[in-house]
Amino acid sequence: MDIYLPIAEVSVNVFLILGLGGGVGFLSGLFGVGGGFLMTPLLIFIGIPAPVAVATEANQIVASSVSGVLAHWRRGNVDFRMGGVLLVGGFIGSSVGVWVFTLLKQIGQIDLVIRLSFVVFLGIVGGLMLAESVKAMRGRRAGHPPKPKPTRSWKDALPFKMRFRRSRLYISALLPLAVGFFVGLMAAIMGVGGGFIMVPAMIYLLGMPTSVVIGTSLFQIIFVTANVTALQAVTNQTVDVVLALLLLLGGVIGAQFGARAGARLRGDQLRGLLALMVLAVCIKLAFDLIVEPDDLYAVAGIGSP
Amino acid sequence: MRRRLATVATAVALFTGMLAVALAVPFGLFAGRSAEAEIIADLSEHLIAITTGFTGARVLLFGAREGDGEVVVVVRGPRKPMVVRRKGRVAGIWINEAEMTFRDVPAYYSVAASAPLDDLPASVRARHEIGSGYLRMVAPADAPAAEVGPFREALIRNMRRADLFYVPEPAPLAFLGDTLFRTDVFFPANAPVGLYEAAIFLVRDGDVVSAQSTPLQVSKVGFEAWVFDFAHRHALAYGVLAILIAVVAGWLASAIFRKD
Repeated sequence: MDIYLPIAEVSVNVFLILGLGGGVGFLSGLFGVGGGFLMTPLLIFIGIPAPVAVATEANQIVASSVSGVLAHWRRGNVDFRMGGVLLVGGFIGSSVGVWVFTLLKQIGQIDLVIRLSFVVFLGIVGGLMLAESVKAMRGRRAGHPPKPKPTRSWKDALPFKMRFRRSRLYISALLPLAVGFFVGLMAAIMGVGGGFIMVPAMIYLLGMPTSVVIGTSLFQIIFVTANVTALQAVTNQTVDVVLALLLLLGGVIGAQFGARAGARLRGDQLRGLLALMVLAVCIKLAFDLIVEPDDLYAVAGIGSP
Repeated sequence: MRRRLATVATAVALFTGMLAVALAVPFGLFAGRSAEAEIIADLSEHLIAITTGFTGARVLLFGAREGDGEVVVVVRGPRKPMVVRRKGRVAGIWINEAEMTFRDVPAYYSVAASAPLDDLPASVRARHEIGSGYLRMVAPADAPAAEVGPFREALIRNMRRADLFYVPEPAPLAFLGDTLFRTDVFFPANAPVGLYEAAIFLVRDGDVVSAQSTPLQVSKVGFEAWVFDFAHRHALAYGVLAILIAVVAGWLASAIFRKD
């Protein structure tokens, strides 16, 4: 059954989109990852224009983050003060990001920048995950690395110190601002929540306790992706609500099954499998950039049949 | 079922149309009006509605000619500026490195004819845009002449690949007896919205002796039209609504699947 997407202006199979949403939702439920980093490239592969894929995926992440954050909120695992500072950075970053996005779209380089960003991002993430799961499978579980001792570093020399009670931290506000800014930029240009970057940054750079990291990052992702959605809708008219709703529907159901499966299955092999999938998407994107295209010329703005 | 109904409707339209034409010709209704009216044609539909299930459309063009001569039908979509970009290899990857904007490019083009087009003089083909190679697509005034050719060819090639310039060129146009003719015009799923025009020419001895044109509207209707319109006219409200939908959907999902 084909459905015509009003903003993407292409006809797609409903079950393909539901299946994509369900599959990526399953993975995100299984591993507790956002899924935007897989969904955006997959949407591009099936012929959704890259700008529409990015903006629509940002819209979908609003939903998945809302449903994720509620559980953490109920358990009190959200540091709202830290989330607020991250958010200020995120708002600035995502606004700058959408502005850069629009500029790149006008000069005809947005597709390239989206694809290149994903190649780099997926390459790093997939590589790290694969290394980790191989290490785990070999049984060289060294336990968690010891927490770095709170020695004086360049971080303490920064001004504008703030106290974050929930995270038991007293650090410069510039650090979370910078993290928020960078992740906001990624959300705008790539249509990802950025949890993959933000969670390690919060743990290792900011030194936040792991218990509040996921809830706080989800909390700020909601607002940053909402900002991206609104700005993309206003400046580029690239948010396709029909596509977003279909992805949502598949994603919500898939995530529930994923979460249940995750409770039963052993993680290491699966994590390795996810890493391989991420790397496969990365390689496909890189391949498309490197291989000489069939036609060196392309016409902007014509949909595929 | 729907398709069958459409086919029946088309057949009825074809039949009544042809009947009217067939009756009119012997009574000299067309010939009597002016010497120009040697050809008459119409479309089975003048509105193509892009709905949720739109996967393309076929419209029947039918008509009658008086006397002999070949029939050529040109269908053109709304004219728009189009940007053609050329990729080049930079540091191992293929990136857009040059672009050219053509003005007045028909967003859709097809040509059907009862005889090969090659017999027509180039001047006639250029005047009536018979064949995509003869389309008036205006290159930038400052573009180097040597560059325009490849970009122009690439534009046509890409439009053909996207099914927006119909192949084959010309599409077949069949006669039913001496006077009646018909051809199918295909519109792909990605046909742009706007006002289209079908121009019908009667060609005799290498020149157009009679012509007629008839309009055709391609529109998004129903839910699609509403969403598209809303997204473009009230962009901020649309964005806010998209966010609200997502928030509610996320909340619902967490409420439904809440474990405790």
